[in-house]
Amino acid sequence: MINKQCNNSKGQVYSLLTLRVLIGWYFLYEGLAKVFTPKWTAYGYLMDSKGLFAPLYRMIAGNPDLMATADFINIWGLTLVGLLLILGLFEKAGYIGAALFLILYYLSHPPLLQATYLLPTEGSYLWVDKNLVMLAAVAVLFFFPTAKRIGLDRIIFKNKTK
Amino acid sequence: MSEKDSNPNEKTNHPENKNRKPVSHGRREAIKALATVPVLGAVAYGVYRKKKQETRNITSANMFHFNSEISPLSPLAPDGKTIRLGIIGSGIRGKQLMIALGFGTPQYVEDLKQAHKQDSSDNRYQDFREQEDLKIVITAVCDIFDVHAEEAIAAGANIHREGLNGQYGAAPRRYRHYRELLAADDVDAVVIAAPDHWHGQMALDAARAGKHVYLEKPMTWTVPETYTLREGIKQSGIIFQLGHQNRQVETNMRAREIIEKGLLGAVSLIETGTNRNDPNGAWVYPIHPDANPQTIDWKQFEGEPDRVKEYMDYMTSAGLAKYVGPDPRDQFRLERFFRWRCWWDYSTGLSGDLLTHEFDAMNQIMDLGIPSSASSSGGVYFFRDGRTVPDVLQTTFEYADRGLTMLYSATLASQFNRSRKIMGHDATMELGNTLTVTIDPRSEQYRDKIDNGTIKPGEPFYHYVPGKSIDAVTSATELYFAERGLLYSYVDGKRYNTTYLHLREWLECIRSGKQTSCNIDRGFEEAITAHMGTRAYLEGRTMYWDAEKEEITRG
Repeated sequence: MINKQCNNSKGQVYSLLTLRVLIGWYFLYEGLAKVFTPKWTAYGYLMDSKGLFAPLYRMIAGNPDLMATADFINIWGLTLVGLLLILGLFEKAGYIGAALFLILYYLSHPPLLQATYLLPTEGSYLWVDKNLVMLAAVAVLFFFPTAKRIGLDRIIFKNKTK
Repeated sequence: MSEKDSNPNEKTNHPENKNRKPVSHGRREAIKALATVPVLGAVAYGVYRKKKQETRNITSANMFHFNSEISPLSPLAPDGKTIRLGIIGSGIRGKQLMIALGFGTPQYVEDLKQAHKQDSSDNRYQDFREQEDLKIVITAVCDIFDVHAEEAIAAGANIHREGLNGQYGAAPRRYRHYRELLAADDVDAVVIAAPDHWHGQMALDAARAGKHVYLEKPMTWTVPETYTLREGIKQSGIIFQLGHQNRQVETNMRAREIIEKGLLGAVSLIETGTNRNDPNGAWVYPIHPDANPQTIDWKQFEGEPDRVKEYMDYMTSAGLAKYVGPDPRDQFRLERFFRWRCWWDYSTGLSGDLLTHEFDAMNQIMDLGIPSSASSSGGVYFFRDGRTVPDVLQTTFEYADRGLTMLYSATLASQFNRSRKIMGHDATMELGNTLTVTIDPRSEQYRDKIDNGTIKPGEPFYHYVPGKSIDAVTSATELYFAERGLLYSYVDGKRYNTTYLHLREWLECIRSGKQTSCNIDRGFEEAITAHMGTRAYLEGRTMYWDAEKEEITRG
């Protein structure tokens, strides 16, 4: 036995791997789309925030330095997380990064009873939205890792796992 | 992947695999480590296809590339002198103008403060407090209704923009008659927001007294005074600004650039209009409980006798007596005092009140000038409350030399949102809070681009959202924001209203001696155009403009 992962059946591993790659793709393209949009900014998204943390998000939008930092982290953070998940590189760090982004997005636009948003424009949600569902999926992946089976972590952590 | 696969020890025991083991194991290891790398190739391919599809957006960014970043706000001159202002007329609009200048009554500021306490996202209090000091002092006020005058005094004294129980400055002096105010030595400039029938006369008197003038629109009430005022302003050399704050709207400036670049091709039709649907929008304003013959100077409200004579001469000579009154001019009536816009005796109707805004915006964008002819129709169709001015009006202005028509279409009984449209042979521009250009399928200018697929005709091709320095097609999101007023009113993170910017420009021109954006020549064009529309409605026939003689004729 190499590690605990060996207990998973073939079907389990492939479905977990598929989930990892799909979430990675989602993050990567969210990042790349921003990379390729000149002068992209999260300003509008932050200004649209509602709920308990809305003042915090608006404060970030109101401060040019914080806004620039938030934009940088969004653009390159999303791209990086996407790459890590697809490649299976430093997998756990990737999941933690993904979870942090998802928590921030969820809290900025919580699907509250009385809240209506300009963004996003599709879907109907009550307390649970797609960010929250994806957050749960990331948690599952965190506890059932696959990168040491399929992914660059297999090479990197070879010595440790033997 | 089976457990067998993942357990390398198992395979080493297989006799047949013995020799190949190191190679195949290494390859298998590599395959498993790099299995997902091709996914990146798929992402790259997808991104490439997506970018290719967006070529037309890039094309639009190139076509609509503007050299100048429009900045509505240049810093105030550092050593500008303090300007002493007189306020003539402090009713609804007069109070708004004072607020735009930074002077609100303590009650007004208190209300903003409370609104912020109840809703922390209501930043009007903060915005008002932080609004730039325009280096002005209000030394004089004049209003013929005591309550309005006292409010103006309180606002003028509220130099620190405080709520109730604050520290206030010296109170401006109240004058009972505006001519007394104009004679005051401690007044450099006046802001006039009296009813329409006083506009021309007050501005003329102010210019003759050497005071700079900010005059609310429309510029004049009668046709003859329009010429007199133009001459008077030009002779006096004062700085004159007509209150069309659309001159400060960023979208209009960008629209002008688009026209100048010829991106729409030949423009043949302009469609503008007004849609409102509430009593306030139809000029049925509240009547103040303290208003009575003792608190209102009705005599002064009646108007300047010379101007009233011009009005009556025209109405009788053109057979329009049915539009005069119906109440005698000297009879005190609260409705007529507070809702004066409903009667021709004081008003210029939809033409003067709302058409002028639309016209001036188009004049700003396209240098239209005075039309060659005007025809109108409409009537009192919804607010049958005894008013004489119509609540539904369509006016068509012909610009025969330019080869285009400007249509103005208004109702005060439906709030349906219609954008201004400038229709060209190659493209149509729609103007609201945002600007949209749609390429015409039959365009000749864009034929090549339509044929090779870089332009999809009939679909919005270019959006401009003010407040954002993005030239390319912007997202639907940003459009939503702009339409909700979240983006465009922020300059450097601060919210500005256009009236403030318009007043600011006037004050800076007084200091520098430069011309204002809505000067007397633009005002003359505005007034004559509105009068042509009004006369066409009243007389039920087309009015023509004799450009050589500078006369409105009946053709």
